Amino acid sequence: MKILVCVSKTPDTTAKVAFKDGNTKFEDAGVQWIINPYDEWYSLVRAIELKEKDAATVIHLVTVGAADAEPVIRKALALGGDEAIRINADNHDSFYIASQIAQIAIEGGYDLIFTGKETIDYNGSSIGGMVAELLNMPYASLVLKFDLNGNTATITREIEGGEEVSEIALPLVVSSQQGMAEPRIPNMRGIMAARSKPLKVVEPIAVDALTSIESFELPPAKAGVKLIDADNVAELVRLLHEEARVI
Amino acid sequence: MSVLIFIDQADGQIKKSSFEVMTYGVDVAKQLGTTAEALLLGKNTEDLSTLGKYGISKVYHVADDNLNNLDAQVYAQVIADAATQTNASVVIFSHNQTGKAVASRVAIKLKAGLVTGACALPNTTNGFVVKKTVFSGKAFANVSISSAIKVISVNPNSHTTTIGDGIAEVATLNISVPAPKVKVISVNKISGDISLSEADIVVSGGRGLKGPENWGIITDLAKVLGAATACSRPVSDSGWRPHHEHVGQTGIQVAPNLYIAIGISGAIQHLAGVNRSKVIVVINKDPEAPFFKAADYGIVGDAFEVVPKLTEEIKKFKAGA
Ligand SMILES: Cc1cc2nc3c(=O)[nH]c(=O)nc-3n(C[C@H](O)[C@H](O)[C@H](O)COP(=O)(O)OP(=O)(O)OC[C@H]3O[C@@H](n4cnc5c(N)ncnc54)[C@H](O)[C@@H]3O)c2cc1C
Ligand SMILES: Nc1ncnc2c1ncn2[C@@H]1O[C@H](COP(=O)(O)O)[C@@H](O)[C@H]1O
Repeated sequence: MKILVCVSKTPDTTAKVAFKDGNTKFEDAGVQWIINPYDEWYSLVRAIELKEKDAATVIHLVTVGAADAEPVIRKALALGGDEAIRINADNHDSFYIASQIAQIAIEGGYDLIFTGKETIDYNGSSIGGMVAELLNMPYASLVLKFDLNGNTATITREIEGGEEVSEIALPLVVSSQQGMAEPRIPNMRGIMAARSKPLKVVEPIAVDALTSIESFELPPAKAGVKLIDADNVAELVRLLHEEARVI
Repeated sequence: MSVLIFIDQADGQIKKSSFEVMTYGVDVAKQLGTTAEALLLGKNTEDLSTLGKYGISKVYHVADDNLNNLDAQVYAQVIADAATQTNASVVIFSHNQTGKAVASRVAIKLKAGLVTGACALPNTTNGFVVKKTVFSGKAFANVSISSAIKVISVNPNSHTTTIGDGIAEVATLNISVPAPKVKVISVNKISGDISLSEADIVVSGGRGLKGPENWGIITDLAKVLGAATACSRPVSDSGWRPHHEHVGQTGIQVAPNLYIAIGISGAIQHLAGVNRSKVIVVINKDPEAPFFKAADYGIVGDAFEVVPKLTEEIKKFKAGA
């Protein structure tokens, strides 16, 4: 069993969101980078659990990013991947990233490709589906539970209005979310081992991006809270009806 | 050239978010000086000509049984074929569970640039630029699409549905539907409740409620308001509430008209999932709780006293209204 786990780096969840260069770039000064939570907590940990059950399983990590993505991918290796591939490219758009990942997937012949439900900075929710389409594989999106039975995956996923349990034969692309696994933290042994695990750097294939970010905006500031006395709840109801017009 | 709108349904019922994207698609079509057409897959017994009321000129219905369950690969093939046959230049989805499974595949098939999570109409004065939410609602990005065909998925609750009159032509398409590879074992609909991402009002509880046995005050308030219920991450992590109710940066992002946060401190990761709500009400016993900074209305007080009173007042209000 060969599993490819897609790993991206995102600003820490408490990072201040601000922009520079005329609102065209994220202000990354002083920002801590983390593994995108969906990639770390769910995709990677579930892959590690599968490997713990079946020692023949191999986990490769892939990231599309410049050299500054390496600390993050080392941390992922410390959690438990066997080897990592960094495609040496600045982030372009989803199509560009997905095309790079698909190329690695074709060369590596993976049975399973895990992506996160979304990156918490770009919120695309699109790389998994794109990779699946580029590889002509089925796509299990928004997966809450994932089990393997030989060559068949049994998954529970979120669909419109509920949850669905289904079986899909491998190879398969998955997008993971809460429920798939319980978050772990890397231990000392893992951190030591990660130092000597292979991290291969490959150059990107030529792909033209189809979209580009022209500018960022912050939402307008709130006017400030109107406090209502705890003994005068009726006043809140009146304000919600007459002023805010939401009830 | 036309705009093709994908209509999502659950159990043969067209979803609220699909009506929103119909209006969005019709508005895009007006901007581009073209017509808005819609596509519906799978079994449906409603009179689809009534979608004309939303400004749709033509509804294509592909009723093949293989489309009754969602197999992203099969859906994408059919939607992309439909887009090609109908000469669509813009294809629009809701950014809901189905949209997240399918839109990106369709974009690849059509060699189209994709923007997911759109929150405003595109700016077409100079190119084609779509505003989308990024950083889990903490900011917006204006994304330019350079390809000839464009695929957009629209955030639920970000575009208001408008209804007029009109009758849509209903047509079928000649598309061969491949056999699905996803074998569905069971489907568990969260029925009776209002779906969180589509709800107009959300009542949400945090660790301040102390335990699952106290959730009655949350559900009672939700009931009188016709609201969906939600919770903070530690609440779902502790198993007090199901995972699908967890909102925030690592949970569901919601944008209702009214979000009522009860016993939630307002951590930055929680705010990221709710700060697109139109009006936020915070009930917390700690006047220093960070959530008050993001709120429109607040009550400093004990949830166990304030919330039942609020429920009573809303009941009175509804009885009088
Ligand atoms: C990477 C990462 C991702 C995260 N993602 C999310 C996410 O998606 N969603 C999320 O919610 N959190 C998320 N968190 C967790 C987040 O940081 C907070 O820990 C969490 O939101 C706190 O939940 P809470 O407000 O319910 O609990 P607490 O912070 O414990 O707050 C409880 C509040 O209840 C009030 N209270 C207590 N008793 C009463 C009473 N009787 N009446 C009224 N008020 C009362 C208190 O004053 C307090 O403000 C994430 C954290 C990390 C590190
Ligand atoms: N630069 C990247 N390198 C590797 N994987 C990525 C990258 N960007 C996104 N992904 C994967 O795709 C998932 C969804 O990302 P997105 O579609 O951008 O929301 C992430 O959770 C990752 O698993």
